[in-house]
Amino acid sequence: MKTFKIGGVHPEENKLSAGQPIREAQLPKQAVFSMFQHIGAPANAVVKKGDVVKVGTLLGEAGGFVSAPIYSSVSGKVSKVDVALDASGLRRMAVTVDVEGDEWEESIDRSKDLVKLADRPDLDGKTIVEKIKTAGIVGMGGATFPTHVKLCPPPGKVAECVIVNAVECEPYLTADHSLMLAHPEEILVGLQLVMKAVGVNKGYIGIECNKPDAIKLMTEKSAQYPEIEVVPLQMKYPQGGEKQLIDAVIGRQVPAPPALPIDTGAIVQNVGTCFAIYEAVMKNKPLIDRVITVTGKSLKQPSNLLARLGTPFSQLIDECGGLPEDTGKVIGGGPMMGKALLSLDVPMTKGSSGLLIMNNKEARRAEAEPCIRCAKCVGACPMGLEPYFLAKVSEQTDWDVAEQNDITSCIECGSCQFTCPSHRPLLDYIRLGKSTVMGIIRSRAAK
Amino acid sequence: MNLILLAIIALGAIGLIAALLLYFASQKFAVHEDERIGQVSAVLPQANCGGCGFPGCAGFAGACVKAADEGSLEGLLCPVGGQPVMEQVAGILGMTVEASAPKVAVVRCNGSCENRPRLVQFDGAQSCKVQQMIGMGETGCSYGCFGCGDCVKACKFDAIHINPETLLPEVDEEKCTACGACAKACPRQIIEVRLKGPKNRRMVVLCNNKDKGAIANKWCKASCIGCGKCVKACEKFEAITVTKNLAYIDAEKCKLCRKCEEACPKGAIHAINMPPRKPKTDAPAAPKAEAPVATNAPSAPTNQNTPNNPTNQN
Repeated sequence: MKTFKIGGVHPEENKLSAGQPIREAQLPKQAVFSMFQHIGAPANAVVKKGDVVKVGTLLGEAGGFVSAPIYSSVSGKVSKVDVALDASGLRRMAVTVDVEGDEWEESIDRSKDLVKLADRPDLDGKTIVEKIKTAGIVGMGGATFPTHVKLCPPPGKVAECVIVNAVECEPYLTADHSLMLAHPEEILVGLQLVMKAVGVNKGYIGIECNKPDAIKLMTEKSAQYPEIEVVPLQMKYPQGGEKQLIDAVIGRQVPAPPALPIDTGAIVQNVGTCFAIYEAVMKNKPLIDRVITVTGKSLKQPSNLLARLGTPFSQLIDECGGLPEDTGKVIGGGPMMGKALLSLDVPMTKGSSGLLIMNNKEARRAEAEPCIRCAKCVGACPMGLEPYFLAKVSEQTDWDVAEQNDITSCIECGSCQFTCPSHRPLLDYIRLGKSTVMGIIRSRAAK
Repeated sequence: MNLILLAIIALGAIGLIAALLLYFASQKFAVHEDERIGQVSAVLPQANCGGCGFPGCAGFAGACVKAADEGSLEGLLCPVGGQPVMEQVAGILGMTVEASAPKVAVVRCNGSCENRPRLVQFDGAQSCKVQQMIGMGETGCSYGCFGCGDCVKACKFDAIHINPETLLPEVDEEKCTACGACAKACPRQIIEVRLKGPKNRRMVVLCNNKDKGAIANKWCKASCIGCGKCVKACEKFEAITVTKNLAYIDAEKCKLCRKCEEACPKGAIHAINMPPRKPKTDAPAAPKAEAPVATNAPSAPTNQNTPNNPTNQN
C-alpha cells in the first residue's frame, strides 16, 4: 500500500466517534460570525446593527483576492458588529446575530436530490470557479485557504490531476469519514466539478486504510466514473498534509518554498471542501454549515455533528452529553495540530473540523528535559528537517541560521514534539522561528 | 656537518625572503584606522549592549568619530555610560555635548495576579514571544504582560526581574541603563524607556490596554479604560493624551502635580518615587480614588467566565 517516503509517526487512533452517523445540531440562540475565518485578507462586514438577515445572507464581503465572503447561517437580527473572542485566541471583528426562526434565502435549493454533472451541461470551468468564489468556500481540512485561489494556478503552471484528501490522519477526528459514508455521490460530483474547473481528466481519492468501509463505498460508487480512482493508503501521520499526500498518491515531491504544490501538477482538495463545492455549484448554497467531530475520552456521547457556522462550542458540547467534570483542556481541531481554546463561548468557523475534550491527566504536557541528541525528531520530520536544531536556533533568535536550514519548509505537523522523549516544546519554538523568518523574507521582498 | 650548514643557510634564506615579503605586504596593504576610534572605544563601557543603536561599542566609537568629522555629536548617546561618558567622548573629539536627561525602563502593566486573574494555564515553551504568537495569553487582557520573562533574558545588566508574587517584571532603577534591550524583547511593547524625571520622580500610566473601556475593565482591575478624566485634570499642561482608549503622559510636559492620579477612577496612573501625600490633601483624594474602584469591583466580573474556562492553553 502507498504512503509518503520521509518521516511520519503513528499516534494512537482514538477514533471514538467512528461509525456514528452525522447528526444535525440544534440552531444556536445567538450565532457569532468572525470575519477572520480564512487565510488571507479578512472579510469586511457589510451589515450593521439591527439589520434582518436570513440563512444565506451576505454578512461580510471578501477583502481581496486571497479572501472569502462570509454568509449568515441563521436567520434573525444583527445585534452587534464588534470585536469578539474567536477560536484563534484573539479578539477580532465579528458579526453577532440573534436567531429568530429558520428562514432561508429563496435562491438556495434545499432539496436532497442528487444533481449529476451530466445533468448540468451548461456549466463551464469559469462559472464553477466563480460560484465557488461567491459561496465563500475555503479549505475545510483546517488550513482554510480560499479554494478559488487554489483553482486558479499561477501563469505557467499546469494542473494534471486533482487529489481528494480523505486521509483524516489526525487522531480522534471522524468528520470526513462520516461525510464519505453519508454523501459519497455528492463528493464524487464535487470532485468532477473541481476537475472540470481546472481542466484535468484524472482524479484520485486518497483514503487511509483504517476506514475500510469508506474505501469500499467510494470504490463502488466511483466505478461509474472511469476517470476517478480511489487510492487506499497506509496509515501514517501526517499523511493528510498536502505535500505528503501528493507524495503518497502520485509519488512526486514538492520542492522547497517558494515552490507550490501545483508545481507537481497536483491540486489537493479536502473531502469536506468537495462536498461544499457540490452544494455551492449544484444547490446554490453558500458555505454555512459543516460536519464537526465532538469527541473526547470522558465525553458521554462522542458524535459527528452537522452544525451551522457561528454556533458556540459550548452548545455543541452540551449536545454530546455536556462538559465532563474532569476536563483539563478543550482543543479546537485534532490533538496534533489543533489549538487549545481560551473560552468555550467562541464560535465554530469554516475550519473547525473537530472539538476535542481532554481530561486533566491527558491535558498537561510533561516537563521539558534537556535534549539528549537521540535524533528521533529528525527521523520523524516528514519534511526532512532537523527540528532539535531549528528549535534551538529559534530560541536563540538566530534567524539567519534558521532560514538557511529551511525553517520555512516546516508544515507544523507536530511529529517532532510528539516523538521527543525529553518532551521538549520543539514546535513552539519552530513556529516562532518560522513566522519570524517569513516576516523577514516578506519585508526583504518588499524592499 | 655540511648538511647542517646547508640546512641553516637554506632555512635562513627562506626566512629572510618571507620576512621581506611580509614587510612589503604590510606596507602595501596597511589599514589606517583613525586612532581616535580606539581612544573613544577605550572610554566606552564595553558592555556591547547595542542600546545606542550600533553594533557594539566599537561601532558606536566609529559613528562618533564620523559624526565629529561632520560637525556635531547630536543624536548620539551611550545610554549605559550616560552624560559623563559622552563628555569624555566629546573631550577626545574636541566637541561639546548638550546635557541629556537620564532615562529608565518602565513596565507599563499593573496586571498582577490580584488585579488580573489567570483564566487558563500555559504549559508550553516559557517565552513571551511564543505566547504572543499563540493568542491572548493566560488572562483576558490582550495587551498585558505575559510574565514569561523575555525582558529578563534580554537584560545584560541584571536590572529587571520577575516578581514572583505579582508575576510582573520590576526594574531596578539603580542598575537600569536605559539601553532599551528589554523594550525590544517585549512582544507587546509594554516596556517604555522614559525620562527618569527630576529626583527620579515621574507620573506613569501603568497600562498598555488599547481595548474599549468595557473589555479592559472586565478583565483587569487596574486597566486604563480611556475615560479621559485625566486629560481633563491636566487641561492646564496638556501633558496627557488618550489614543486608542489608552492614556499617555508626555514626560516632558508633565509638571508632577499629581492631579491625574486623583482623577483616575481605576488607579492606573501611578506617582513613582513621590513622597506619600500629606494628610490634608489626602483626605479628599483618598475616597475619590477609592470609591470608583470599589463600585467597579462588583461590576467587573473578572471571574465570570472561569466556570466555562477550564482550558489550559496549549
